[in-house]
Amino acid sequence: MSPTTLTRRAALAGLGSALAVPLALPAIRPAWAQGAPIKVGVLHSLSGTMAISETALRDTVLMMVEWANAQGGVLGRKLEAVVVDPASNWPLFAEKARELLQVHKVDVTFGCWTSVSRKSVLPVFEELKGLLFYPVQYEGEEESPNIFYTGAAPNQQAIPAVEYLMSDDGGEAKRIVLLGTDYVYPRTTNRILRGFLNSKGIANADIMEEYTPFGHSDWQGIVARVKRFAGEGKKTAIVSTINGDANVPFYRELGNQGIKAEDIPCVAFSVGEEELAGIDTKPLVGHLAAWNYFMSVPGAPNEEFKKLWQTYIKNPKRVTNDPMEATYTGFRMWMQAVQKAGTTAVAQVTPALIGQKLTAPCGYEEEMLPNHHLSKPVLIGEVQADGQFNIVWKTPNAVKAENWSQFIPENANRRR
Amino acid sequence: MKRHLLGLCLALLLALPAAAQDRFASALAGLGEGFGQTAEVAERLGALGDPRAIPLLRALQDGTLRRTPAGAVLLPNGTDAATGQPADATGAEPVRINNRVRQVLRGALGRLQLISPDPAERLAAAEAVFRSPAPENVPLLQSALTQEREARIRAQLELALAASQLRADDAAAKRDAVARLGTAATTEARALLIEARAANPEIATAIDVSIAAIEQRLALRRVVETLFQGLSLGSVLLLAALGLAVTFGVMGVINMAHGEFVMLGAYATFVVQELCRGIPWLAPWSLPLAVPAAFLVTALAGAVLERGLIRHLYGRPLETLLMTFGVGMILQQAVRLAFGAQNREVVSPSWMQGTLMFPGGIAMTQNRLWIIVFGIFVLLLVVAAIRFTRFGLEMRAVVQNRRIAATMGIRTGRVDAMTFAFGSGLAGLAGVALSQIDNVSPNLGTGYIIDSFMVVVFGGVGSLAGTLVGALTLGVVNKVLEPYAGAVLAKVCVLVAIMLFIQRRPKGLFALKGRAAES
Repeated sequence: MSPTTLTRRAALAGLGSALAVPLALPAIRPAWAQGAPIKVGVLHSLSGTMAISETALRDTVLMMVEWANAQGGVLGRKLEAVVVDPASNWPLFAEKARELLQVHKVDVTFGCWTSVSRKSVLPVFEELKGLLFYPVQYEGEEESPNIFYTGAAPNQQAIPAVEYLMSDDGGEAKRIVLLGTDYVYPRTTNRILRGFLNSKGIANADIMEEYTPFGHSDWQGIVARVKRFAGEGKKTAIVSTINGDANVPFYRELGNQGIKAEDIPCVAFSVGEEELAGIDTKPLVGHLAAWNYFMSVPGAPNEEFKKLWQTYIKNPKRVTNDPMEATYTGFRMWMQAVQKAGTTAVAQVTPALIGQKLTAPCGYEEEMLPNHHLSKPVLIGEVQADGQFNIVWKTPNAVKAENWSQFIPENANRRR
Repeated sequence: MKRHLLGLCLALLLALPAAAQDRFASALAGLGEGFGQTAEVAERLGALGDPRAIPLLRALQDGTLRRTPAGAVLLPNGTDAATGQPADATGAEPVRINNRVRQVLRGALGRLQLISPDPAERLAAAEAVFRSPAPENVPLLQSALTQEREARIRAQLELALAASQLRADDAAAKRDAVARLGTAATTEARALLIEARAANPEIATAIDVSIAAIEQRLALRRVVETLFQGLSLGSVLLLAALGLAVTFGVMGVINMAHGEFVMLGAYATFVVQELCRGIPWLAPWSLPLAVPAAFLVTALAGAVLERGLIRHLYGRPLETLLMTFGVGMILQQAVRLAFGAQNREVVSPSWMQGTLMFPGGIAMTQNRLWIIVFGIFVLLLVVAAIRFTRFGLEMRAVVQNRRIAATMGIRTGRVDAMTFAFGSGLAGLAGVALSQIDNVSPNLGTGYIIDSFMVVVFGGVGSLAGTLVGALTLGVVNKVLEPYAGAVLAKVCVLVAIMLFIQRRPKGLFALKGRAAES
């Protein structure tokens, strides 16, 4: 036993008591002999375009496996990670999911980032009765019995953010520009937002909607048009569902054309600490992002989470972000559910997961709801010069997820 | 009696600073207790007109103002803002602000700095007050106007006054303000007028006249700005295509790794920037230094590629295409291994940031402007190299008739290598420019290779003038279409148009004529 493990365990003991989790530290470490290891599948792209974002999530799952083993495992059994690389290739996601379930016989899988990859593995998990935890905010309109969604649904991110822009504090925006990358997540989110804005009395003439391809770099025309749109009277705000590295030239153009946050604030749904790491944030101070967690959240649970991550990754400057926190929360809840069910069998763990509670690093108690989504707080942060977020607004309590949005007319006859 | 009065006046005069002190200190109450309260404090301080508020509000703006648990407000130098004395800073936390506070702060600071001795500050203040119009600004602006001498600041003050008068109750002043805003020709002025139109139905026609006047001038400006955007896109295309115009246009080599050479140039820029970072006086000049560095690196890579592989495949375009495609993939992965998959940040020097304002309110972003200048520079470089150097002469000779050139004593193999290296070096120069507007990532080049071929084919293979006209035409047409069709559809339209054009004129805009073109 090396001294570093000892200090980490001491730190985790503090975490355990601070969070008052039902998972008590065993006084005597049980022997591993009580059963074969529990297999945890990791289905994140480690190469290709999504590797930038997903590699950190692979590391988060590995960190949690190490953490759980330091606690004595689950049900007295050791955890073992099985990592595969679907290489940002959507059909390959389905093949790799099948490999995890059939060849490696994993008990649980953590994975996927883009909605298209989740849609690709969904039939595999349903057919083979697997269990997937999906940790990224998404457009909703889905509810699989074999998937637990630990990221935000639209009512936990997009709608509160727009509500904030329309409030006194957010600048009373009366005109909204919806800018997005051209694929399913921005298009669905903007459809929901348009429905919401119409319900708040904002006419379609006061909504501008534009899409650009992945990796778009020439933003001068679009930003100039936003400026012109804003000059037609009434306070204007931008809602950005721009994804990936197209954000860098977009924000650069905002800065160069002198669009200040106090005149035309821009709230982003896919820009977090990791994405800002590659941008000079000084001209962007005051622009906003909506998430359910920021690295700057105060409180003991987040301090412990950050310490755990930076110790594991051996870099005291590495940032944490929202999907990492969602992975962490999902993993902890799964451990609690397995503990409660007394088995890792999916048929028993799934009902045990419903109603699991955890004080997440965001500082709120989150609960797994019957619709397989979490109740989560909504936080809105302003970009600071150091690339972190200054939290300017938050919900008083965790908000229950509505994965079937009430602003999409087809959902009217769904159970709610 | 008289003496009594005098005494009273004296006492009042003595008491005045103390009273002001009190007013200032009591205005600070509530600062940092919430965004709403902080905004109110900023509002009060702006109205008070006390110069001590200026450093305080500036510190609040920068996030360097702190507040102790006891409620004392500390300036960045550690003194208590209310008393001016050094204070105990234990447990002090920065006062946080949001966009609403920022907005109020800008207005408050503007009001306080209208009579600053620094003209730049006064101009900024006038702009700030213009952006936060309120009836109570009217007397303040009027008195500032009586003192102001500089025409530029006066004009801005007039606008600010008009904006504030629009919100005040004086009907005559309001009509006057509407007329003055009509001459402004800015989107902000139009926004103010549109807002005022709903609140003032009695002067709606006057407002409409002013709005129409503004729109007319804005329309003209829009044309100029669209043209600028088109030229800027065109110059990017030109830069990316110039290298190809040499390797493909002159030598006839289909180099699918051209985009990767562009990417190498961008990475060379990144490396030069990192090397310069340690030397403070050199750091702002890393970009000009990167120009020769990127050229040399990619030219060398091009020479190696030509000597090592391409020369064995002359006359076999299909094999060349496949081979260079493979080389491109190898280069991409090599860069990914060397620098990581994460994008690299190339910082824009300060002289390339922000917007340049031209007369008539036409705004052009500096980085795009510099890229246009750079594009012209590189084009002149290419023309000069081909027309006026020995290397250019030999190159043209080899292209026209290789065997006769060889009998004249020209080492054609060496000329081939140098031509290819030259074209590759030009791709590297494009990389320097692209590092300023796009992400420096291993797949930077893939986005430009199609466009480059498009420009060269459209302009006419082998013609530099064709490349220039082709690039600029495509850039402008793209930007003119974009507002109507959207970014994606505009590009589709341009592609379809080019396909139709090539059907009619297979040799492009500037077709080469004569025997050289036939062979």
